[in-house]
Amino acid sequence: MYTQSMDLPGQVQLGGDSAEERRFQARVDADAKIEPRDWMPEAYRKTLLRQISQHAHSEVVGMYPEGNWITRAPTLMRKAILIAKVQDEAGHGLYLYSAAETLGQSRDQMMTALNAGKAKYSSIFNYPTLTWADVGAIGWLVDGAAIINQIPICRCSYGPYARAMIRICKEESFHQRQGFDIMLALSRGTPQQKAMAQDALERWWWPCLMMFGPPEQDSTHSAQSMQWKIKRVSNDELRQKFVDVTVPQAELLGLRIPDPQLKWNAERAHYDFGAINWDEFWRVVNGDGPCNRERLAARVAAYQEGQWVRDAALAYAQKQRDRARKEAA
Amino acid sequence: MIDQREWPLWEVFIRSKQGLDHKHCGSLHAPDATMAIKLARDVYTRRNEGVSIWVVPSAAISASDPDQRESFVEPMADKIYRHPTFYELPDELKHM
Repeated sequence: MYTQSMDLPGQVQLGGDSAEERRFQARVDADAKIEPRDWMPEAYRKTLLRQISQHAHSEVVGMYPEGNWITRAPTLMRKAILIAKVQDEAGHGLYLYSAAETLGQSRDQMMTALNAGKAKYSSIFNYPTLTWADVGAIGWLVDGAAIINQIPICRCSYGPYARAMIRICKEESFHQRQGFDIMLALSRGTPQQKAMAQDALERWWWPCLMMFGPPEQDSTHSAQSMQWKIKRVSNDELRQKFVDVTVPQAELLGLRIPDPQLKWNAERAHYDFGAINWDEFWRVVNGDGPCNRERLAARVAAYQEGQWVRDAALAYAQKQRDRARKEAA
Repeated sequence: MIDQREWPLWEVFIRSKQGLDHKHCGSLHAPDATMAIKLARDVYTRRNEGVSIWVVPSAAISASDPDQRESFVEPMADKIYRHPTFYELPDELKHM
């Protein structure tokens, strides 16, 4: 989901069959964690590095759609909550960059790839936040989907990633509840406010289902990731779970999910739902969504405008070290 | 291109409560120790997770070699007499 382009075709890297790899796989099969300095197959390292860095980038870019509404939040309390939420997203990005760095790539290298448009992040953040209700819909649906995706990653075979995920999941619940609380207030408000909530749900529903990534038959990467216990539950299973838990929540809000084929299937004990527009998904993943260019431009501008701060802090630290050395001499 | 002016990496240790040990909780980049502590507060203790923070330059940490884990740890495994449960004592014995 946050790492959905892991499933892009042509990225399959199958494990080998050396004695080292067999020992590695045996450890993974026994549910032992792999730590940074342990031996690991090169393809495992690369897959994880790509997945964790994509996940980190998603947290960072995910601040933009919501940051858009900080100055326009309807009350001071909502504003304080939104600032805290966006700050958490920055924190999540940092935990994940730290986890990725243990695999041998520096944060600057990852940031450079993101700013150059060479790295992927979740397609969901390339959609615009047109009204305040979108902030509610993001918390409720996008963070709700994130929780469903991230809970299994807490059991990922790579220790630093699993630990980062545990910390993130603890904080994510607040994100979803504050979003639902916004939707609840709007749906109990004036007819205009309720219509605003309905409109946000209609625009975010399908992109949220796409967050889980393409169906399994199109995802050649999954088998290897499952074997390595990087990925533990399939895209389709997670998507189904999201639909099953979210439909009753929408009913509670008195809002209508924009899918005429959505229907409880007693035999499967799951909701059936309509076909997802995968053409739209691939378009957004490949850079042509409604806000891809805007997000990247905002990211690059923030990086460049912060350069003097980073330089000044380093120069100050150097000056302090020089002074201490001179005083010691 | 790699930015050569990257802030160095620090390991962060947090004491969650007075009376408990500082425990490793993650790492971060910072230009110096003062900034590392301030950033660690924002990154790792946003919800009262700590009352005290240590930061250590990552480069200053020496670690045991994971490839020699077996020979390194094994000598401790067979000294079961170091544990109190090794000793069989008469049932009548009290307060021991």
